[in-house]
Amino acid sequence: MYDCLIIGCGVTGAALAYELSRYKLKVAVLEKENDVADGTTKANSAIIHAGYDPKPGTLMARLNVEGAALAKELCGKLDVPYQQIGSFVLAFDEADRETLEKLYRQGTENGVPGLELLDGDAARRLEPNLSAEVVAALHAPSAGIVSPWEYALALAETAVRNGVELYLENRVEAIEALSRGWRVTTNAGSYETRCLFNAAGIHAADIHNLALPESFRILPDRGQYYLLDKSEGTRVSKVIFQCPTKVGKGVLVSPTVHGNLIVGPNAEEIADGEDTSTTGEGLQFVKKMAMRSVPSVSFRDSIRNFAGVRAVSDQEDFILGRAAEGFYDLAGIKSPGLTAAPAIARYIVRLAGQDGLALEEKEAIIDERRRVRFQELSMEEKNALIARDPRYGRVICRCETVTEGEIAASLHTPIPPRSVDGVKRRVGAGMGRCQGGFCGPRVLELLARETGAAPDEVLQDKAGSYILVGETKTGNGSSSKD
Amino acid sequence: MYDLIVIGGGPAGLAAALEARGQGLEKILIVERDQELGGILNQCIHNGFGLHYFKEELTGPEYAGRFIEKLADSGIQVALDTMVLDVTPQREVHTVSRRTGYRVEQAKTVLLAMGCRERTRGAIAIPGARPAGIYTAGAAQRYVNMEGYMPGRRVVILGSGDIGLIMARRMTLEGAKVLACVELMPYSGGLNRNIVQCLQDYSIPLYLSHTIVDVKGRERVEQVTVAKVDENRRPIPGTEMVFDCDTILLSVGLIPENELSKKAGIVLDRRTNGAVVYENMETSLPGVFACGNVVHVHDLVDFVTAESQRAGAAAARHVLEGPAQGDALEVKNAGAVSYTVPQKIRPQNAGKTVDVFFRVNRILSESVIRVEDGEGNPLARYPRERMAPGEMERFPLPKVLLEKAKGGFITVTAEEA
Repeated sequence: MYDCLIIGCGVTGAALAYELSRYKLKVAVLEKENDVADGTTKANSAIIHAGYDPKPGTLMARLNVEGAALAKELCGKLDVPYQQIGSFVLAFDEADRETLEKLYRQGTENGVPGLELLDGDAARRLEPNLSAEVVAALHAPSAGIVSPWEYALALAETAVRNGVELYLENRVEAIEALSRGWRVTTNAGSYETRCLFNAAGIHAADIHNLALPESFRILPDRGQYYLLDKSEGTRVSKVIFQCPTKVGKGVLVSPTVHGNLIVGPNAEEIADGEDTSTTGEGLQFVKKMAMRSVPSVSFRDSIRNFAGVRAVSDQEDFILGRAAEGFYDLAGIKSPGLTAAPAIARYIVRLAGQDGLALEEKEAIIDERRRVRFQELSMEEKNALIARDPRYGRVICRCETVTEGEIAASLHTPIPPRSVDGVKRRVGAGMGRCQGGFCGPRVLELLARETGAAPDEVLQDKAGSYILVGETKTGNGSSSKD
Repeated sequence: MYDLIVIGGGPAGLAAALEARGQGLEKILIVERDQELGGILNQCIHNGFGLHYFKEELTGPEYAGRFIEKLADSGIQVALDTMVLDVTPQREVHTVSRRTGYRVEQAKTVLLAMGCRERTRGAIAIPGARPAGIYTAGAAQRYVNMEGYMPGRRVVILGSGDIGLIMARRMTLEGAKVLACVELMPYSGGLNRNIVQCLQDYSIPLYLSHTIVDVKGRERVEQVTVAKVDENRRPIPGTEMVFDCDTILLSVGLIPENELSKKAGIVLDRRTNGAVVYENMETSLPGVFACGNVVHVHDLVDFVTAESQRAGAAAARHVLEGPAQGDALEVKNAGAVSYTVPQKIRPQNAGKTVDVFFRVNRILSESVIRVEDGEGNPLARYPRERMAPGEMERFPLPKVLLEKAKGGFITVTAEEA
């Protein structure tokens, strides 16, 4: 019997696992995919929002501002790329200007530090590539950017180091109430727990409805993006928003922590929450809207398009709370969910504590994480590392300068990658301008070698995403020299 | 201190290093990131290489082998499995490898021969799902020819670049079904001989003025939708065709790999994505030369070899006789000519002729290449029966004409006669 069972290991589930791992509790996380952070968490704008958007008094407002401060601290402790670069919301006309004033008031009430309203010229002095049409901007210096999947991974890894059990490829199929607790059945096993936490993102309503009468709906809302080459990474220095609309914060233009430029998203309700396709119209819209803010963005330097799905619900606020005895929903976690995640986790744990979950802190926990980023080392450090382990002298991904040593090390972390994209999310190989064209076959070879799999068993990403379909007529090992 | 450090051990780097050695340079180092020399030729196991240079048909590895053999007793040093991380304007080359760690080598001259990379899906914004099964043609070629594995069974090829055409044939011979080759432009991007030998001979349909408008499949490609495009390259509704396939190969262009050149501050040409070069393949950084696909994408390795020999000879001359002298004429392009290499010519430093390379941006039948000086005086004209974007053009420009050119530049233009 577990004390706590979490369904879903996106950033919300990971943050909850991390928070719970501080206490003397038996905790497990169930994730349907073969990796953590594989849904909404890996495909979003990657922004730590300052907190002027949510309506004052809501959970979203409170947990956003709290979460932004926690994110900064956690990223430092757990070695997650994070930069506090600040944000602008742009106004193009009088109506927009009124929106900025409203956001300023909301932000002040929500406790967002340092907000200021700038006129168009002042904004352009700080961001010279902004459109001449910009008449005003709201500056929020506490906004930041983060690597969202590494953030969730770091939280989940630390939780696992502290004793949390993670079960990947466990898709929940049934939930039954026990006399005291719950039994969760997956495609791979059965788990009993006193407290059950539903952090299933897009599927949170489905999970809720397996156990309890329907009380909310998830209305999946897709957003499409462009990711541009590093040559465009300095086009702007802050997160550039437009005035928010009902479903999102408009199309943004922002640097990423990896040095690229991200542009997007649009917003479109879709029936299938797993459908992360892009569309010609969607991308066209994103491009057009972005150029309204920053006309000089060079889309010729696009290196990838992607789409993510927001777990928007039919309710205005986050759905956080006790749905039944020992059953907690963490649902409808739309933007600013990434920012709020650690605050959401604390909020729910406090609630469960009030309901009787024994929160006795462990004597000692691991609360730090470091990984080698070869590219960022000094020449002396690189040499010392290669002398110790020559695999750090072999560059596998030439665009991002990722070495064999880093990839090999990732295979021995608490949550090792199970696919080529899993390696990409951990060490950045394949994230660059050639998008794995060069290193893909080499990463595949390393994965096969290190895990003992045959090359045609290695996956691109999720289960079933095989890369190769068998040997050629002449078979494996046929040499180009024959 | 090296006389010459060559970055890249493919056909360009090999030919340049050997030529520089032949011209008298003593201390030469080739740095290659792969575990063997030869570059992309190693995975090009089809024949057709060497027709111009060796007057016989060789496979890619055989072509590379001819140069690698000569290297053996040449005294040229080779660092394999070694990545160059930086080149400075002072010609310091930063390398990293398992064996030697992180090192900085000083050279009198540096030769950039890094080749090119393939344009990917993200660069052309193909809409749809993002399952496994979408590869650049070169990556697929590596899986099939080097690793001995098939990347798929039912294939649609987007783009008609030469590697895509070659892979259409290769996949077919390996038992895969190639359903279609889809090209956005109204003409092929590849060599005519490859259209015939790789598509037509295997009855693989080529759809010109078509593109992929949707990809379906959650984990692995299941289906693609192809549509005809209008003259603005926008899909025409109602023209969609659906193919059930598990693989998409992309052959949508090659991009010279100039990240090192950029970091070194070398002036690049937005038209070629390669360095701006002089008649001797010298870049804007004195003593730094470039040749092969890192300068502009070639169709035939034979021309890479010739260009690289000129670069190697020029590096040798730079070390032995001192920097090249003379004022430069700028070479401008006009009409159907989309770029030229070289972009600058110093008549004083030219040989008897300067070979000028270019591509046209559309198909021209019976046409003429004209060269004028900066004051509009005609210098030369060269007739052509046909020119196509998929085939690189060249003409020899005599030094005597260059010396007559006025106005500080010359213009190369092409038009139908």
